[in-house]
Amino acid sequence: MFALVQPAFASDIRPSREFLSPELRAQQDDPARHPGWLWVEQGEALWRAAPPSGQPSCGGCHGSVAGMRGVATRYPAVSAEGALLNLELRIEQCRSQRQGEAPFGYESEALLSLTAAIAARSRGLPMSVVTSGAAAAHLAEGTRLYSLRQGQLNLSCSQCHDDNAGRRLRGDVISSGLGLGYPAYRLEWNGVGSLHRRLRACALGVRAAQLLPGSAEYLALELFLADRARGLTIEAPGLRR
Amino acid sequence: MRAFWFVALALLPAVVSAQNLVPFTVSGDSIEGALEGRAGDATRGEAVVKNRETGNCLICHTIPDRRERFQGELGPPLAGVGLRLTAGQIRLRLVDPTQVNDRAIMPAYYRVHGLVNVEPRHVGRPVLGAQEIEDVVSYLSGLKE
Repeated sequence: MFALVQPAFASDIRPSREFLSPELRAQQDDPARHPGWLWVEQGEALWRAAPPSGQPSCGGCHGSVAGMRGVATRYPAVSAEGALLNLELRIEQCRSQRQGEAPFGYESEALLSLTAAIAARSRGLPMSVVTSGAAAAHLAEGTRLYSLRQGQLNLSCSQCHDDNAGRRLRGDVISSGLGLGYPAYRLEWNGVGSLHRRLRACALGVRAAQLLPGSAEYLALELFLADRARGLTIEAPGLRR
Repeated sequence: MRAFWFVALALLPAVVSAQNLVPFTVSGDSIEGALEGRAGDATRGEAVVKNRETGNCLICHTIPDRRERFQGELGPPLAGVGLRLTAGQIRLRLVDPTQVNDRAIMPAYYRVHGLVNVEPRHVGRPVLGAQEIEDVVSYLSGLKE
């Protein structure tokens, strides 16, 4: 009737790709059969495109998108202004402050595409976010949220993704919940979505209030997940069920 | 004796939620009396167990029914649960398993207090109603092998 909670150890944390079926894993590794790369291509086109404002394109300041190698391993990060920003929000900041354009909007195809194009340049590189200094308080908040039982079903992230990773919920295998593949192409979405969209789906599953993408809580949780995944390699664009 | 929770909440007009719950008495690790004295129906209970929108028990548990594909494996198999537990023990574990084991991962299906960040449309509502709880108790009590 109820499962005994078993202790989790850091060594139990496994890369997201190990929870995929062999077929899906092979597909994730093959750009020709992975629709997420269409978003990457679109994002690379946006990278080169000059905005209507007349300000430089992304590439106009940063050079080739290839120069973004390793950037995604360091996000979320606290900005010079003191705000915790993930890759999406850092792009939005550039968009509004440097390019003089209205932000794309969280979960817009343009922002997902640019994020995917930048994150893809860190594919295979280990996560290495900074959690000291100004980031410490955000990490503490993310840690708290991760183990907070919530929703009508009264479940914490940890109860599934630590205590029961590898077991099946109906037909789905529970992963370690690291978010290494985001933005990811999810078959259920029939498109690419952000990590925050995925967090909202988990909230819906436990019947908890869904927060807005880009909210302080989801950013803190994203920082915790990135720290938890320290040393494991980025899979973006991921392929998920 | 945990009936006081519900009695206390019912006295507060602002807490509409409590109107959805009926008082019950916990003795040992069971609730002996049927909620509201309702009679459970095993056939309806089976439907609740399988329904992905209501009980959704098979997301975590298995039942001895080969027609049900992709059953869960977080909780113990329910085959033979009617031999291992009395109806009263099953009832308490459905109502609120944390009263038996405070680290239980299984949600409480008939509880509205002490929950955090509940989605607005579910605030003040138990996962299952009293009749559904009794129907599931009836079905599970009949799983003797």
